[in-house]
Amino acid sequence: MASLSPPVTVTRAAAGIDELRLNVARRRRWDIVFAAVGLLATSVGVITLLALFVDLLLDGYHRLTPEFFLSYPSRRADQAGILSAWVGTCLVMLVTAAVGVPLSVCAGVYLEEYAPRNWVTALIEINVSNLAAVPSIVYGLLALGLFVYALNFGQSILSAGLTLALMIMPIIVVATREAIRAIPHTIREAAYAVGATRWQVTRDHVLPYAIPGIATGVIIGLARAIGETAPLVTIGALTFIAYLPDPPFTSTPPFVSFDWLWSGFTVLPIQMFNWVSRPGTAFHANAAAAGIVIVVLTLVMNGFAIWLRYRLRQRITW
Amino acid sequence: MASTTRSLIRPRVHHRDLRERIVEAILFTCAASAVAITTAIVVVLLVESAGFFERVSIVDFLTDTMWTPLFAEARYGILPLLCGTVLAAGVALIVAVPLGLMVALYLSEFAPVKVRETIKPFLELLEGVPTVVYGYFALLFVTPLLRNFIPDLPGFNVLSPGIVIGIMIVPYVASVSEDAMRAVPNSLREASYACGATRLQTTLRVVVPAATSGIVAAFMLGIARATGETMVVAIAAGQQPNLTLDPREPAATITAYIVQVALGDLPHGSIGYQSIFAAGLVLLVITLLFNVLAHLLRMRFREAY
Amino acid sequence: MQPSIAIAAPAAPRPVAAADPKVKSSIRNLNFYYGHLQALKNITMDIYEHAVTALIGPSGCGKSTLLRCFNRMHDLTPHTRYEGEIRLYPDDVNIVSPDVDPIEVRMRISMVFQKPNPFPKSIYENVAYGLRVRGIKSRSELDGRVEAALRGAALWEEVKDRLDEPGTALSGGQQQRLCIARALATDPEIILFDEPTSALDPIATASIEDLIISMSGNVTVVIVTHNMQQAARVSNYTAFMYLGELVEYGPTNELFTRPRQQRTSDYLTGRFG
Repeated sequence: MASLSPPVTVTRAAAGIDELRLNVARRRRWDIVFAAVGLLATSVGVITLLALFVDLLLDGYHRLTPEFFLSYPSRRADQAGILSAWVGTCLVMLVTAAVGVPLSVCAGVYLEEYAPRNWVTALIEINVSNLAAVPSIVYGLLALGLFVYALNFGQSILSAGLTLALMIMPIIVVATREAIRAIPHTIREAAYAVGATRWQVTRDHVLPYAIPGIATGVIIGLARAIGETAPLVTIGALTFIAYLPDPPFTSTPPFVSFDWLWSGFTVLPIQMFNWVSRPGTAFHANAAAAGIVIVVLTLVMNGFAIWLRYRLRQRITW
Repeated sequence: MASTTRSLIRPRVHHRDLRERIVEAILFTCAASAVAITTAIVVVLLVESAGFFERVSIVDFLTDTMWTPLFAEARYGILPLLCGTVLAAGVALIVAVPLGLMVALYLSEFAPVKVRETIKPFLELLEGVPTVVYGYFALLFVTPLLRNFIPDLPGFNVLSPGIVIGIMIVPYVASVSEDAMRAVPNSLREASYACGATRLQTTLRVVVPAATSGIVAAFMLGIARATGETMVVAIAAGQQPNLTLDPREPAATITAYIVQVALGDLPHGSIGYQSIFAAGLVLLVITLLFNVLAHLLRMRFREAY
Repeated sequence: MQPSIAIAAPAAPRPVAAADPKVKSSIRNLNFYYGHLQALKNITMDIYEHAVTALIGPSGCGKSTLLRCFNRMHDLTPHTRYEGEIRLYPDDVNIVSPDVDPIEVRMRISMVFQKPNPFPKSIYENVAYGLRVRGIKSRSELDGRVEAALRGAALWEEVKDRLDEPGTALSGGQQQRLCIARALATDPEIILFDEPTSALDPIATASIEDLIISMSGNVTVVIVTHNMQQAARVSNYTAFMYLGELVEYGPTNELFTRPRQQRTSDYLTGRFG
């Protein structure tokens, strides 16, 4: 019959097992210690983010009045505002988006959908990853030499927007390629099978499916551009602007004007930099208030992009 | 019958073909602009630097210990700026290497999925905060905080921005190292656990050694980032070139110098104007050097797995 | 006809061995779940000491899942759950109980995997790994046990002059024997083999099989294999599993020559799986 009853022989001493358990317990303790230290190290980042935000709020929130958004910079701290700065940021971003997004998305589409495997493609890919590693201030030097003087665009909104467009190109290219790569080949094959050309497949099938992924990269790239200071300082953004550029829309035909492109400018981070560089807590409060505006703007954009990507991952149905 | 069908299709195919070629040409031009931008960066830096080196000898540039472009007797020795850059990046690394490594180890090997999914977005947000805001934070929060421990710390010093840059690049260093750790095949972890190892032992004795080249690559990329960082040092480290290795003193970095000159009103073509391109060239060479090193290390790592 | 196999139930057959063999471990009503998916259904069987027990069955039948219960490898995957018992003797502890530390279990029961997975360390350090994590630092003790384990895995003569070379530089068959040496070094009570030859060529396979046969008598072996001939060659007992259930379990020669269940004979004759 089946021997269901456990055997009674005990060959290994119980002491051996106890020793084993002590050994495990001793080693387990270090696991717990390490996990705690790891959690602590990880929370340093979160704590910093909180400290930074609370610090800005405490220093600057009393300056966040409607007048602050509607006033030009001033010698008197309590009358200064960020009107020219936020208008400047909007206009520069308009140029950056108009140039940077199509340029980068097209480059991404080419590299992922069209590029043959040859040395030209390899060269382009190496250059894209190199550009991602170039410090932002070097883009400023490029723009100073190329846009400001060689092409004679001057220290203008156009120069600034182009500089930032080049700077965010690698970010958007990489995001575009990843988004396109995630689309399964079966979808392309299905479209080719009914006689579509490469561009038709790309335009009607690949791009529409890739749009959320591309959007994530575009938002992160623009958020980076909004907060970027160094390259714009380098090309000579002004720090004291008490006028607004010409409006892009006019009341007389043709209703749009591009004069603003050639206008001098300041942007939010430069305004903040200017205020933080001045001695005196009054201007520091202005800097903090401008900082709140920038941080909220970039965090909301980044947060939206992260959320979008999270949604994308949830929704993988291929 | 057959010929009429063909004649119906042919013009359309021809039309299509042309459009396809135009589209491809446009897309290619966009992609190739990456090469153009890189070339433009190198050309602009080299041309303007060449003008600079016509007036200042390269030997002086590399060996002189004074950087005083605004003095009557201007001297252009890059060493003080280089020293400030190395010092700031060094402080940043002392913060970012252990923190980044711990974060990566924790997220890759220890954290439960839920904790990881909660924390990672915050780290990404940390990466998205503009550097000018970090500069404010360094000057007006961290420096006063540090004064509690170092009472005679000057208002401008390298220590505070160094620490802030360190914390700033932690998410980057951590995510690159974490990628390297996750690329270590699970079969090695299983083998370790099957030998009776704990999580910590598996992490330190198997995962870290197997991912070493990838982790070192992450540090290299961190160095490149810290070296190129501009606004935090420009705001909080002072802009006075200072040949010192004491992080408590103020010092200018290469990047801070470029900002300082750009804020002033140096005429196009003057030696001061050209000097920022020479400084930028040095900066580009340093950051590219570390990026290439990191790239080579990661290639080696990928070959292994 | 052996009177001892009068029972039709798959549980706990009598071995053919003359002396009553000792039970090393007994599985009692074991259920295992990946999330909501039940992968093992009410498994009950005994593992005999110093014998080789083979688990066979078509892929997806749960044989590897069962094997991995023995050293709690499933604890590394979230949302897995054990129900029932695997009792390990002599101390009669239920090794799948949540109260028992999986590390303690793995210190007693080691494992060799499907694909050779040596660490990217030297041959010596690969074998010494299990000893080092236990905190053994004495060089002479390590030297002695590494040599013994490598001899036990029939690898010593091939590598004794190059113990400092990386384990990953060995051939596939040698790597797998290195992994066996690593599993042997800690003097485990049971060694688990999860299809250990599926990634190897026929010659390397033969050497691993010889090794497993030579081990029986000294150590308890449980081996999962997709290869019926291999089970017939190396094992003393064989269990046939199908869809997460234990269909039949008995001495290998009996199961192969006189299967009692229709599904077993269908599988053995190649009608499915």
